[in-house]
Amino acid sequence: MTAKLRSTLLAPTLAIAFSALLCALALLASGANPADALGVMIGHVGKGQVAVDIVNSTAIYMLAALAAAIGFQMNLLNIGIEGQYRIGALVAAIVGSALVLPPVLHWLVILVVASLAGALWALLPAILKVTRGVHEVLSTIMMNAIAFGLAAYLIRRDMFGILVGNNVSTEPIPDSGRVPGIDLGDRGTVFGLVFLAVVVAAVYGIVMKRTRFGFELKASGESPTAAAAGGVNAKKMVVVSLLVSGAVAGLVGMPEILGRDHAYTLNFAAGYGFAGIGIALLGRNHPVGIAFGSLLWAFLEKSKVALDNVGVPREIATIMQGSIVLSVVVAYEIVKRMDLAAEQRRVGRALGTAKPAEQVGGDGK
Amino acid sequence: MRFKRGVAVTAIALTSVLSVVGCAKDSASSNNSSGGQNGAAGCQTVDKPPAASGQASTSEVATDVDASSLKVGLAFDIGGRGDASFNDSAAAGLDEAIAQLGVKKENTKELTATDQESEDSKQTRLRQLAREGHNPVISVGFAYSEATKVIAGEFPNTQFAVVDGFVEGAPENVTFLGFAEHEGSFLVGVIAALESESCTIGFVGGVNVPLIQKFQAGFEQGVKAVAPDATVNSRYITEAGDLTGFTDAPKGQVTAKGLIDQGADVVYHAAGASGKGVFAAAHEAGIKAIGVDSDQYNQPTVAEYKDVIISSMLKRVDVAVFDYIAAVAAGDLANLPQVFDLKVNGIGYSTSGDMLSDETVDWVEAYKQQIINGEITVSDTPTTS
Repeated sequence: MTAKLRSTLLAPTLAIAFSALLCALALLASGANPADALGVMIGHVGKGQVAVDIVNSTAIYMLAALAAAIGFQMNLLNIGIEGQYRIGALVAAIVGSALVLPPVLHWLVILVVASLAGALWALLPAILKVTRGVHEVLSTIMMNAIAFGLAAYLIRRDMFGILVGNNVSTEPIPDSGRVPGIDLGDRGTVFGLVFLAVVVAAVYGIVMKRTRFGFELKASGESPTAAAAGGVNAKKMVVVSLLVSGAVAGLVGMPEILGRDHAYTLNFAAGYGFAGIGIALLGRNHPVGIAFGSLLWAFLEKSKVALDNVGVPREIATIMQGSIVLSVVVAYEIVKRMDLAAEQRRVGRALGTAKPAEQVGGDGK
Repeated sequence: MRFKRGVAVTAIALTSVLSVVGCAKDSASSNNSSGGQNGAAGCQTVDKPPAASGQASTSEVATDVDASSLKVGLAFDIGGRGDASFNDSAAAGLDEAIAQLGVKKENTKELTATDQESEDSKQTRLRQLAREGHNPVISVGFAYSEATKVIAGEFPNTQFAVVDGFVEGAPENVTFLGFAEHEGSFLVGVIAALESESCTIGFVGGVNVPLIQKFQAGFEQGVKAVAPDATVNSRYITEAGDLTGFTDAPKGQVTAKGLIDQGADVVYHAAGASGKGVFAAAHEAGIKAIGVDSDQYNQPTVAEYKDVIISSMLKRVDVAVFDYIAAVAAGDLANLPQVFDLKVNGIGYSTSGDMLSDETVDWVEAYKQQIINGEITVSDTPTTS
């Protein structure tokens, strides 16, 4: 168990250390002091509402990463989270502003609508995949482009948009549809829907580990033929996992819309979907890994403002985000091979027939 | 698609026939046609409006104030200083305040938004500036409206301004610096109509949002005011929600090329840093272009294409920023214009490079006076969107 824990922790630690080194070099090259920059990034957390902002963003990234992870479990690359969450948020904002319902029911309905809209946006790629064999990467990327166009159309002033100064917004969601947060005074307000992300992560963890569905999902991902031989309906699993992934993606915009903005505006943040894919890789599709990955991502994202404030190029944080994802993939592969080699040596020693360890190939085959 | 193209081709053919006919009649009767310097094709124009009379009332904010004690914070939209357009214009206003009002450079701070950032990053940026004692804090771009409203509530003793911004229910210490972009766009529309020979004119918008639609609306109205038969084709680089339309020069070039292929020989852009691509396309095709926001003929970032930039619609963000800083220093915000328009020289057009004939300038000045006098009302929403 400790060996297993060590090998799961080793890879991300290596990756973070490596990318920190890379950033330090980039900083040195640009003439800034890496230690100072790190100090500013960490000191920033204690200021103003930054700590609360990080928690809020962590929840948003978690939802996006969980959506990606559900697909990854089945070897499905749902690149369409970006479009799914945009459509989910916009449709939910439009429906939510039009409904008159009692408080808790109102926002539950909005959440369900967001999920359904997100799932619906994943339906076409799922159908294309199982009936025509269209690769989901292609179809979901195209659905992203369509989502952007549709969102721009729906928010026009002759559709559902209203003009606020130079901005366009949907009608505001009434009080009953707003999810109350935890008000920490000067420290800011933690979105109520932070707990939604925790619940989704927990449900995801339990389903993957403890249910037949989760087993079938992972089995289909690891070996489709073996899963099929075992009686798993591969097509059904593709459709279900893409739809569930889309449904979770539909929720990504909800913490901000129901907790702060109360409407979909032109300022609606983009990019959470793509960040989620990176974080799912970083967290190895494990709910706890995803939670920590999201926290790290949110920390780096918020530190950009602080770096800009002291005149350090804020692109450093972006470089770090990118290099972490890249190096984590490499690091996992290296650790996997090291483990395999270690296992081979151990078995070899136990059987007493092995050649000396150093002659066993490093590639572990 | 096919049908549409057919219609477009027919329309272009018809307009060119019309304009040739019009020109023939024109040159026979009087010589009030475009700029007077070329007898070739051109739009059939209406009668030249009477010459400008009266002066623009320049409600000058006092510039003899001492702002040396001010700490000025500036929060840019994406692009920041160096975008050759909107943000640069705001930066120029600050530079002017440093030069003329005695603001100390070390007492100023400029921060820039990142692409795709969330609302809380904007709030954090403004909060940082306010907490470090910057007063006033000026943010550039309507995206800051909501964040400024929140942060101004937290710092009631700090003055905040939002260029282009507006939001309901903002506290008293927030000033919104709005512009009448449609009025200036009308004037460059007049220029385009007079300078065009094919009588087909193009507009490239960065992102299809209400703010940029104001430029389109004024421009189209200006062209039609001079040449009712002219064709104005308007295209946007990206749709609302995708801000890359303001920062993607290659896309700007492709969009402009599309308009040029449809026959446009004057192209006006309101596309921020993407405008560089528009100029590149105009340069390649050997046609004329009109810049936006800053006096782009004199801008180093687009200097290689300056020979095609016949004019620029000036959105004097620099004037607004400068006036605002002066007003804060004088403690007199009430005298700031509600809207920076033609009347207060918050909006205008440039003649750098001397590529406009005196005749053209006469036309533009005449229309300018009519707008200032209220004889022409410029619409801020396009008739065809």
